[in-house]
Amino acid sequence: MAIFIDKQTRIIVQGFTGKIGSFHAQDMINYGSNVVGGITPGKGGQTHLDRPVFNTVKEAVEQQGAEASIIFVPPAYAADSIMEAADAGIKYCVAITDGIPTQDMMRVKIYLSRFPKEKRMILTGPNCAGTISPGKSMLGIMPGHIYIPGNVGIVGRSGTLGYEAADQMKALGIGVSTSVGIGGDPINGSSHRDILEKFETDPETKVVVMIGEIGGPQEVEAGIFAKENMSKPLVAYIAGLTAPKGRRMGHAGAIISSTGESAAEKVEILKELGVTISPTPSAMGETVASVLAKL
Amino acid sequence: MDIHEYQAKQLLAEYGIKIAEGGLAYSPEDAVQRSREIAGNVWVVKAQIHSGGRGKVGGVRICKNHDEVAQAAEDLLGKRLVTLQTGPAGKVCLRLYVEAGTDIAKELYLSFLVDRAHERIVMVGSAQGGMEIEELAETNPNAIKKIYIEPAVGLQDFQAREMAFILGLDASQIQHAVKLVQGCYRAMRDLDANMLEINPLVINTHGELLALDAKMAFDDNALFRRQRISELRDKTQEDPRETAAADRGLSYVGLDGDIGCMINGAGLAMATMDMIKLSGGEPANFLDVGGGASAERTEKAFRMVLADENVKAMLVNIFAGINRCDWIAEGVVQAVKKINMKVPLIVRLSGTNVEQGRKIIEDSGLPIIMANTLAEAAQKAVQARNEVVARQA
Repeated sequence: MAIFIDKQTRIIVQGFTGKIGSFHAQDMINYGSNVVGGITPGKGGQTHLDRPVFNTVKEAVEQQGAEASIIFVPPAYAADSIMEAADAGIKYCVAITDGIPTQDMMRVKIYLSRFPKEKRMILTGPNCAGTISPGKSMLGIMPGHIYIPGNVGIVGRSGTLGYEAADQMKALGIGVSTSVGIGGDPINGSSHRDILEKFETDPETKVVVMIGEIGGPQEVEAGIFAKENMSKPLVAYIAGLTAPKGRRMGHAGAIISSTGESAAEKVEILKELGVTISPTPSAMGETVASVLAKL
Repeated sequence: MDIHEYQAKQLLAEYGIKIAEGGLAYSPEDAVQRSREIAGNVWVVKAQIHSGGRGKVGGVRICKNHDEVAQAAEDLLGKRLVTLQTGPAGKVCLRLYVEAGTDIAKELYLSFLVDRAHERIVMVGSAQGGMEIEELAETNPNAIKKIYIEPAVGLQDFQAREMAFILGLDASQIQHAVKLVQGCYRAMRDLDANMLEINPLVINTHGELLALDAKMAFDDNALFRRQRISELRDKTQEDPRETAAADRGLSYVGLDGDIGCMINGAGLAMATMDMIKLSGGEPANFLDVGGGASAERTEKAFRMVLADENVKAMLVNIFAGINRCDWIAEGVVQAVKKINMKVPLIVRLSGTNVEQGRKIIEDSGLPIIMANTLAEAAQKAVQARNEVVARQA
């Protein structure tokens, strides 16, 4: 299988009956994702998009065997929804919501860390486009048709820049095993490094592309992990060459606040760690192709 | 969101942190009134701008009598102060804080930050205060100590005590210091701050601990539940273009180049700007129009980009996911017709319904330059910009 989700993965949607939740739930169903229901507190017992609505995640897990969840709950309540999913025994959760307060995410991370490792939910996002295993399952808001099945794993902070990478690869006939959005927030569920670890053990993935950006230490951490623990080649592109120090470039986490956080510095460090760098954002496809050709 | 020194001090005072007596002034008359109310014979007149490094550019004046206070206020009010942190445009000073002079025995440093790597609040302290922490970090990194705070249980007294010892305080001051450090942490946590800096934290000649300067910044994502904090916002301290964009739900950052940009998604926006630079140009701005780029939103974004007089060419790069290229193309055509654009426009569309989108633009008969790839779009934008510059010369 790919990582996190495949054809059988039983998916629920938190914030199911809202406008955005409904739209993307329908899109995921059309793609072929195994959506088995959704959560909207107070609407339990109803049917929406031909699927049952539950009041709590616990009920969805008990009655539908839900394993994965996607969150469209507004920022003020999203942290609570993530913790509810973890408590109910969901294995993998994608939080799409943009704008969750930083201190809420700190509490979420501590809460998740209290579970023993084998029972701990994996969270990706918030503020991300989700996860897709092309041809199998889509747990996100991306346009599914730009991904073809294949052997390249993608991990990135940005939605549309991830689409750009997949599109460049598709034009060269290169497919994707799984693409994972980790989101643009300063504190997120999983880091680049966490996702690389999963790709390393996935037999379908042969090469991994990491799409990073300015701000924070995660790209460098991932580079160190790749050098020390990965047998598969890693390709990277870091966005934000023109970003001035101290200014937030859209994403809450995209801000250069200290040494080592600029795009140029990250690229330098990754190169030294043996990561293959895509020199421009329009060369992501070719760079992956050249690395694949050497395998 | 940043706030002023005087606002941060008022907040901190509510959490039990001792500050010097002071008051706000909008005019030289106000300033003298404040200094007359404050006992003593030395007053400090401080420019209230959202920036550190004010002292180095004359934004902090020590005055020995009320005439000097009036003079300092006269000098500072309405003045644009350019510090190391403001950028060349500087920040205009429209408010003053008049404070009682403090007899300083020792200057210390204390701050609280959100540490991304550790995913918790970190407390940073040094017995050497007064200078910029970045400077100290370079010249004497061992003089700075960090203590991480577990979010679930919060700051413990033993950690606060440890910080007091790091600051070099003596036994008689420890209890007071623990209260101060705990107060700062509570302010940070309860108000959803992402930065709190007291530099310098001083010991006065009576052995008391005082916050002589204070800086606080807050998590924009948490302002919905901190109404009192959001009321402290001072738009005169923000880039008016960025403020206008934020009020329209757009994310805009003004830069020094001359190729205007409109892109969907922050990552793709940064990447497109990189591509412009790598093609020999300089972006005029960062602008993320977001997911649902309606015709109305597109028009607003166009107006925003073109309001910058430096812009000599404009590049639109949209990767339609949930969006559809035909909708975006219609929005672009509408905007161009309405606005009467004078600079060349380069459009690159990709993703859902791209063929229909391109057709709408081609059929419009407008002089829009189309590009198929990111690289081609950037090259065409730089070329168009160069042609405009050549014609103007």
